[in-house]
Amino acid sequence: MQRDRLVATPERDVAPQYTMEQIVAVNPYNPDILPDLEAYVHEQVNHQTYSLDTNLCLLRLYQFEPSRMNIQIVARILVKALMALPAPDFNLCMFLIPEKLQMEEPFLTLITLAHFLETARFRDFWDEAERNRQILEVVPGFEQAIQRFALHVLSLSYQRLPRLVLAEAINMEGLSLDKFLEHQVVNNGWSVEKAPGGGQIIGLPANEHNYPELKKNIADSIPLEHVSKLFPVLT
Amino acid sequence: MAYESSSYGGGYDDSYEERPELRYGRDAEQQEPDYDTNFVPDAVQSFVVYLYRYIREKNVYEILQMYELNFQKLSERMFKQSPWPAAEAIAPYVDNDHVFCLLYRELWFRHVYARLTPTITQRMDSWDNYCSLFQIILHGNVNMQLPNQWLWDMIDEFIYQFQSFCQYRAKLKTKTEQELALLREYADVWNVYGVLNYLQALIEKSNIIQILEDDKDGGTNFTAQNGYDFQGGGSNVLKVLGYFSIVGLLRVHCLLGDYYCGLKCLLPIDIHQPGVYSNVVGCQITTVYYYVFANLMLRRYVEAIKACNQILLIIHKTKQDHQASSQFQQILKKNEQLYALLAICLSLCPQGKLVDETVNSQLREKQGEKMLRMQRNDEAVFDELFSFACPKFITPSPPNYDELVNYNQDAYRLQLKLFLSEVRQQQLLSSIRSYLKLYSAIPISKLASFMDVDEPTLRMALLTYKHKTHVLDYEGRIMSNADVDFYIDKDVVQIVDSKVTKRHGDYFIRHILKFEELIGVLESVQL
Repeated sequence: MQRDRLVATPERDVAPQYTMEQIVAVNPYNPDILPDLEAYVHEQVNHQTYSLDTNLCLLRLYQFEPSRMNIQIVARILVKALMALPAPDFNLCMFLIPEKLQMEEPFLTLITLAHFLETARFRDFWDEAERNRQILEVVPGFEQAIQRFALHVLSLSYQRLPRLVLAEAINMEGLSLDKFLEHQVVNNGWSVEKAPGGGQIIGLPANEHNYPELKKNIADSIPLEHVSKLFPVLT
Repeated sequence: MAYESSSYGGGYDDSYEERPELRYGRDAEQQEPDYDTNFVPDAVQSFVVYLYRYIREKNVYEILQMYELNFQKLSERMFKQSPWPAAEAIAPYVDNDHVFCLLYRELWFRHVYARLTPTITQRMDSWDNYCSLFQIILHGNVNMQLPNQWLWDMIDEFIYQFQSFCQYRAKLKTKTEQELALLREYADVWNVYGVLNYLQALIEKSNIIQILEDDKDGGTNFTAQNGYDFQGGGSNVLKVLGYFSIVGLLRVHCLLGDYYCGLKCLLPIDIHQPGVYSNVVGCQITTVYYYVFANLMLRRYVEAIKACNQILLIIHKTKQDHQASSQFQQILKKNEQLYALLAICLSLCPQGKLVDETVNSQLREKQGEKMLRMQRNDEAVFDELFSFACPKFITPSPPNYDELVNYNQDAYRLQLKLFLSEVRQQQLLSSIRSYLKLYSAIPISKLASFMDVDEPTLRMALLTYKHKTHVLDYEGRIMSNADVDFYIDKDVVQIVDSKVTKRHGDYFIRHILKFEELIGVLESVQL
């Protein structure tokens, strides 16, 4: 097989202005870019950026040449993928990682964490995350990303919810939660009211999922006015 | 003709295991062949002479007849259990034409894969033949018009043989020393990089993505001419191979478990519109099958259901046209697999209204009982239908030849396991769904007691329902797949009244069309 003749030379040497995404787009099956992709995972971790396409490309190259697999980098990719929830990226990565590896740490822990998030067991998730700080804290922004996901799911579901439910989902309480709420009330249209039996009820801003009347009727049907235009041409 | 050899993909229980190479083990290689591949019977001589002539005359219609009918007939009559005469033996009758011999050899190997046991040497030679053929098409000046059917079969068979090789290599326990030595020595043969890069090179070199883009603006007429190029005196070969390679990449990516990238590769082809792919029935079914499967794995159930419904309707309407074709069995097989996929999708996302009445009644008949069991979270049924309907996943990397184990099921087991864990995460959803259908509002505590769980668990299940029924589309927008939707205000679940907006406009248009058609028929009646 004339592999060398078919694949373009990696652009990095000649044209450093290309982004990693562009390099992957023209070299989707080129093992030579593996080291660059690995470096790019570190860059994503350090700069709090994210690129699913380049990470999947790296996992694909590992799948083709398992001897080159770097377990630590795979773990980073998976943490980043968790942070991309609600997107299904974690599963997309898992489809490409050999089952044998998935039976080992840190992957077992990451799978448990993903399972808790996928089933909205936020309390369990935060407890488990606390116990495994060493895997997660190397990736800056992890906690905020999961809080963002929790808020996403809550705002799909609730108009108003008990403070306790919110506290559990985003793992905040006491003063820091008060501060957070204050900020949200001022900036993002949240509301806080007293519950009859004590405690607080938090009102989330309206979207088409928690206030379905906001849903635009996007049914792609043909309006009657258009049909009426047909009548003159009918015989 | 290709489908008896290359099944287009799925199912662990299907023809792959029944193929002669597995039935008879590998004894065949050791035997002295009792046929002479250098002897060219008259019928074969005239077959190659005419085929060669029609190719030179660019007579696509006659080429297709030779390819689809005559090759099949001769194989049936004279080469049921033996290979066709060697390319070297027929070469003198076709001016020793190099390209023709490559094409002939491609057919030759396909026939061996379909009816005999390919030896390791034949597998390797077939790879070399594809390399030579693709190199010439990519870098030479091929001036032919070949039927799209043939070009599709070429891509289809190329991937089939790759998949078959991966499965063959994964069964290390039964390999002979000689086979192991060959596998070790020629690691580049059927190498996954090679396969993917050939498909990618065909796409790039043919410029097909740009052509399809221009087609939309009317700049080119690739689709209108069904990929052929008669005016310019040009050739359709590279362009159409490039086009089918797009589908090829989708398929290879799915075999690797890389569904996201597979769908991304397919983007240049809009499967909601007819196109060159839909004029070759095998290609159309393959495309939609992998599209549906990838969407299922990405939890885009509504998209999967719509595409599944569409192709099942097409198969239903055109089935009788293919009855005589050698692909018929394969079409029926894919039909059953698609119904299994549809049953899975509808169990996870009961959007029955997306399914046409004809398809629905077939579905009830074939999978009705299993669907009921899936609604009751019977995991064994999910397992069974998935295993029946999934593609034949492969492990692309060469194994460790010092450890003689079979690992041919590894890739399949991983995909199954991940799918079942998804099913498990959704197991409370179908009972939530059934309760929500009964109420317009229900307190969380009451619903929790109905479902026999505590309140926090129910709150989590409700959030899970929301999360699992809302997916991101290609542009990153949140799309709801939910058939029953709700919101929670404090401690009460409010169920959203899901009145279906009546589509009067569509209804009138449909009937206007029907009426027009009827008038047309009436006017053409000669009294």
